[in-house]
Amino acid sequence: MEDLINSFFKTFIIDGRYKLFLTGIKNTIFIAFCATVIGIIIGLLIAVIRSSAKNNKKLSVLNAICNLYITIIRGTPVVVQLLIMYYTIFVNVDNSILVAIFTFGINSGAYVAEIARAGIESIDKGQMEAGLSLGLNQNKTMIFIILPQAIKNILPTLGNEFISLLKETAVAGYVPIIDLTKAGDIVRSRTFEPFFPLYFVAFSYLVMVIGLTAIQKRIERRLSESDRN
Amino acid sequence: MIEINNIRKNFGKKEVLKNVSLNIEKGEKVVIVGPSGSGKSTLLRCINLLETPTSGNINFEGQNITDKKTDINKMRQKMGMVFQHFNLFPHLTVMENITLAPIKLKLQTKEDAEKKAMQLLERIGLSDKKDEYPNKLSGGQKQRIAIVRSLAMNPDVMLFDEPTSALDPEMIGEVLNLMKELADEGMTMVVVTHEMGFAKGVGTRVIFMDDGQILEENTPQEFFTNPTNDRLKEFLSKILYNI
Repeated sequence: MEDLINSFFKTFIIDGRYKLFLTGIKNTIFIAFCATVIGIIIGLLIAVIRSSAKNNKKLSVLNAICNLYITIIRGTPVVVQLLIMYYTIFVNVDNSILVAIFTFGINSGAYVAEIARAGIESIDKGQMEAGLSLGLNQNKTMIFIILPQAIKNILPTLGNEFISLLKETAVAGYVPIIDLTKAGDIVRSRTFEPFFPLYFVAFSYLVMVIGLTAIQKRIERRLSESDRN
Repeated sequence: MIEINNIRKNFGKKEVLKNVSLNIEKGEKVVIVGPSGSGKSTLLRCINLLETPTSGNINFEGQNITDKKTDINKMRQKMGMVFQHFNLFPHLTVMENITLAPIKLKLQTKEDAEKKAMQLLERIGLSDKKDEYPNKLSGGQKQRIAIVRSLAMNPDVMLFDEPTSALDPEMIGEVLNLMKELADEGMTMVVVTHEMGFAKGVGTRVIFMDDGQILEENTPQEFFTNPTNDRLKEFLSKILYNI
């Protein structure tokens, strides 16, 4: 028992190590949140381009670029993407957190694009026709009629994607960033006590994921207002 | 008002419209009938370019709408369309369904659009449904709201694509009555339908299509009592039976 208390003190209290964990949690949430925003923007944009390209030959070059992007991003591990970004593409950028945000955002965008495209294509084509027949152009119909319905349909899948994204940021420590996992690593290497750092890190992720799931449920309930009979 | 000149439409190798020409004058109520797959819906959908003709041209109010330079979105504002499956926007309330296009196209302010929508809803007796979502409505109510949604744009012509085919039998009447009211007010209408009673009672001209061609067009009186085309005679004998 005394060992346990001793270990707890070493992990959290001595040298103010709890601050390290707090920094880690803050960075993890910050990276995941910003990457999510970037992922949604990239993903929706690509999904719209890819599902419009079928009826519009002008978009075929753009469509090919999107396909290439998705193939490359989904075909390589995110850790490798992060290392490539940090050591070759953003060599001159000092802010490694920024590099991580871009990497995870661009990575997530590829997955969101596939999810969103399925969502857009699941909407009955009569909806697009109805919008067009009222004189709305294709973009306006997409924004006001198709996307709101598509996003509602894909929300559960999208939520899962962001939960995975949050957990994937655990590899951010491969470049000089103190994220949650890295914070645990640093403390463990100083105290030589693996128990508390590891379980605390796991527990923290768990709490964040449970929180995200609750938010997801809430949004879904709000959006399903129009389904109630 | 609408001049359709020698249009053809191919879906892959299949030719669904074979050199069709048709003129529609202001105030006419043109009813198009014919067997399934005869191309009547495709013809109607060509008028507002939901289908692009493979060749030929269509003029609407003196403008060639098949010309790539024509802003088709502007043209479509003047052509209302009612679909077989209503195509109401399920994520929007009845009021939002009706006012979306006028507001987003900046044709009316939100207040004006809602006022106009209320008048239209009152007219069809559904003003109490304004805040409901479409899935709470019956088929007949949905279709009447779809018609009103088109009317909110003040169209010059209304296109109806089998507006009663997806309805329960007891709801067909309310939709046809609303269409008849519009006709009586002088709205130009092009209606693809299987409702022969409507063709006879409301139409000013009835057109029979089969195999991608117009085979006969006449006044309703002549069309039903003195059909000349053999294919039309056969068609009528099959659908107009006496018990």
